[in-house]
Amino acid sequence: MTEKRQTHDERGRIRVTGFDSDRVTERDPLSDWTDGTSGETVGRWRRGLQRFKRNRSAMGALVIVVLMALAATFARPISVFGVVVQPFSLAPYDPTTILYLQDPSVSTYDPPSWDYPMGVDGSGRDLFSRILVGGRYSLSIGFIVVGLTASIGLIYGAVSGYYGGNVDELMMRIVDTIFAFPGLILALIIVAILGGGYWQLVLAFSLFGWAGYGRLVRGEVLKIKENEYVMAAKALGARDRSVVFRHIAPNAMPPLIVLASLNIGSVVIGVAALGFLGLGMDPSTAEWGTMLDATRETLIQGPDGQIPWWATVFPGAAIFVFVMSMNMIGDGINDALDAQQTGVGRGGED
Amino acid sequence: MSLQRFILKRALSVIPIMFGVSVITFGLFHLTPGDPVTQLVALNPDVSAAEEAALRERWGLSGPVWEQYLTWISNVLVGDFGQELRTGREVSAIVWRRLPETIALGLFGWAFALVIAIPAGIYAAVNKDQLGDTVSRFVALSGISIPNFWLGLMLILIFSLYLGLFPVLPPSRQPLYHPDMLWYLILPGVTIGTASAASIMRVMRTSMTEELNKEYVTAARAKGLPERTVILKHVLRNSLISVVTLAATLTASIVAGSVVVEVVFNWPGLGREFINAINQREINVVMAITLFTGFFVILANLVADIVYAALDPRIRYD
Repeated sequence: MTEKRQTHDERGRIRVTGFDSDRVTERDPLSDWTDGTSGETVGRWRRGLQRFKRNRSAMGALVIVVLMALAATFARPISVFGVVVQPFSLAPYDPTTILYLQDPSVSTYDPPSWDYPMGVDGSGRDLFSRILVGGRYSLSIGFIVVGLTASIGLIYGAVSGYYGGNVDELMMRIVDTIFAFPGLILALIIVAILGGGYWQLVLAFSLFGWAGYGRLVRGEVLKIKENEYVMAAKALGARDRSVVFRHIAPNAMPPLIVLASLNIGSVVIGVAALGFLGLGMDPSTAEWGTMLDATRETLIQGPDGQIPWWATVFPGAAIFVFVMSMNMIGDGINDALDAQQTGVGRGGED
Repeated sequence: MSLQRFILKRALSVIPIMFGVSVITFGLFHLTPGDPVTQLVALNPDVSAAEEAALRERWGLSGPVWEQYLTWISNVLVGDFGQELRTGREVSAIVWRRLPETIALGLFGWAFALVIAIPAGIYAAVNKDQLGDTVSRFVALSGISIPNFWLGLMLILIFSLYLGLFPVLPPSRQPLYHPDMLWYLILPGVTIGTASAASIMRVMRTSMTEELNKEYVTAARAKGLPERTVILKHVLRNSLISVVTLAATLTASIVAGSVVVEVVFNWPGLGREFINAINQREINVVMAITLFTGFFVILANLVADIVYAALDPRIRYD
C-alpha cells in the first residue's frame, strides 16, 4: 500500500460503448445491497436471530418449550413465604390429592378418561396434574444447572486459554480427569452422599458439569487470542481482565451457547434418570423420573393382570418431548450462529 | 513423530489422569461428613467408642485423610479393593463376576449402533435434503433425545407385554456364553445402543456430505468409477475416521447408560451392582466400580486416539 491508488485517474481507462449505462442504474436491484447500507454490517447476533427465525423446526420446538414452561409455571399456584405470587391453576387437581378419598368411583390405575385425561396413578392421583407440575423440577433444574456450569466453564476456559503455559497444562489435566467419569456416574455418587432433594440435584450436575464448557472455551480462546484486535487492546494498555472478558470471551460465546442449549436436554434426562433410580427427589414428588420409578413395577405385574400403560407412557413422553424440542432448538442455534456456513451477502441466504 | 513415539507419549499421559481419577474417587467419599462407620453407629446406639475405633481401624478409615488414601491406593494397585462391609466378600471378586455381563451388554450395544448407524448415515448423506434424509435425521434426533430408561420401559411394554416376543424377566438364567442368552440381550442391547447409533448417524452424515464435496470424489467420478465404488471405497473410508473420534465419548455414554439400563432390565452387571451398593452404602464396592469406570473410559480414549493417529498421520504432529 505504498503507492497511491489511482482510482480517479482517467488515464489508461478503456471506454466501453454499446450499452446505455442509465438502464443499469434504473433496473430493479438484484439484492437489497445499496451504497448506503454497504458501510453498516448487521451484527452476528442479529443475523443469527434472523436465520433462526427462518428455521421452521427450531421455531416449532421453541413454541413447544415455551408452552411447556408456561404450563409448568401456571399448573398450580405458587406462593413464596405465604404470599401468592402466581394465582392461576391450569392443573385440575393438586398433584398430591388422592382422588378416591374424595370420589369413591375413582380407583387406582383408572385409564385415561374425560375427567382424568392421562389416567390415574398407583396412589390414586391425577397423572395429568402431576405431569404439568412435574415440569417445574426438570425444567428449572435444567436451566439453572446449565446457567451455572456454562458461566463457570466460560471463566475457567478463558483463564486457561489466555494464560497458557503451566497454568493451562494443569487446568486442562483437571478437565481431562473429570472427563474420565461419565457425568451421570458422578451425579449419582454426589446424590448418594448428599441425599436427594432439589438443590442437591443442582449441585450434583453442576459440581463437575462445567468441564465440557471449560475445554470448549479454552479451544476458542486459543484461536481468538491470535487476532490483531487482541494485540491492539494489549498494546493500548488494557489489563488482562479486560482483554479476556471484553475482547476474547464475547467472541467465544457462539459455540458456548450452542453447547449450552444442547446440554439442557442431557441435564433434564440426567435428573430424570436419578429420579428413576430412586435417588432424586422424595419418592412421592411429582417429578417425571420419580413418577416412572413409582410405576415401573406395573410392567412386571400390573393390577388384575391389566397393564396401566398410561402410568409409564406419559411421564416419559413429557421428558422425551421436552428434550427433543431443546435439541431441535440447539441444532437451530448451531445452524444460525455457525460462522463457517454463513453464506455470501447480507443475511447469509442459503 | 513416529507412531511408536506417539503411542508411548500418549500412554504416559494417562498416568497423571489415572492419579487424578483415584483422587476424585477417594476424595468424594472421604472428604464428606458421615463415613460408613458413623452411619452404622447411628443405627446401633449401644456400640462403644472402643468398638467404633476398632471398626474404623479394620476398614481403613482411621488416621488423616492422606494416610487413608495411601493405604487405599497401594492396596488398589495390587488389585485389592477391600471387602464388602456387611458380608466380608472380596470386592474384586464381585467386580470380576459382574464385569463380563456388562461387557457383553456394551459390546452388543456398540455392534447394534454401528450396524444401524453407518448404513443410515451413508443413505442420508447420499440422499441429502431428500425425504429419506429428513426422516432419518428426525429419527436420529429422537434417538439422541429419548431417555434410555424410558426407551427400555417402552420396549418392554411393546415387545414383551403386548407382542409377547421376549420374556419380561429371563425365567432361569443360563451362563452368559449360552446361545439362549443372545435373545435376552436384544432388548437391553438395543436400549443401550440407540443413543450411540443416533450420534454416529449424525456424525456420519455430516462428515460424508463434507467428503462428497471434495475434489478427489470428482476425480474418482471423472475417471469413470461406478458411484458405488466412489461412495463405499473412497468416501466411506475417510468419513469413518470421524466416527473413531466419537468412539471414546460414546463408550463413556454406554458405560453410564449401562447403569440405568441394567436396572430397567434387571441385568446382573456392574451397573446394577453399583446402584445396589449405593443404596446399601457399600462404600468399597462403589469406589471400586467408580474407579473401574474411570479406568475404562481412559483406556477407550487412549485406544481411540491411537487408532486415529494410525489412520490420519497429521494428528501426530499436534
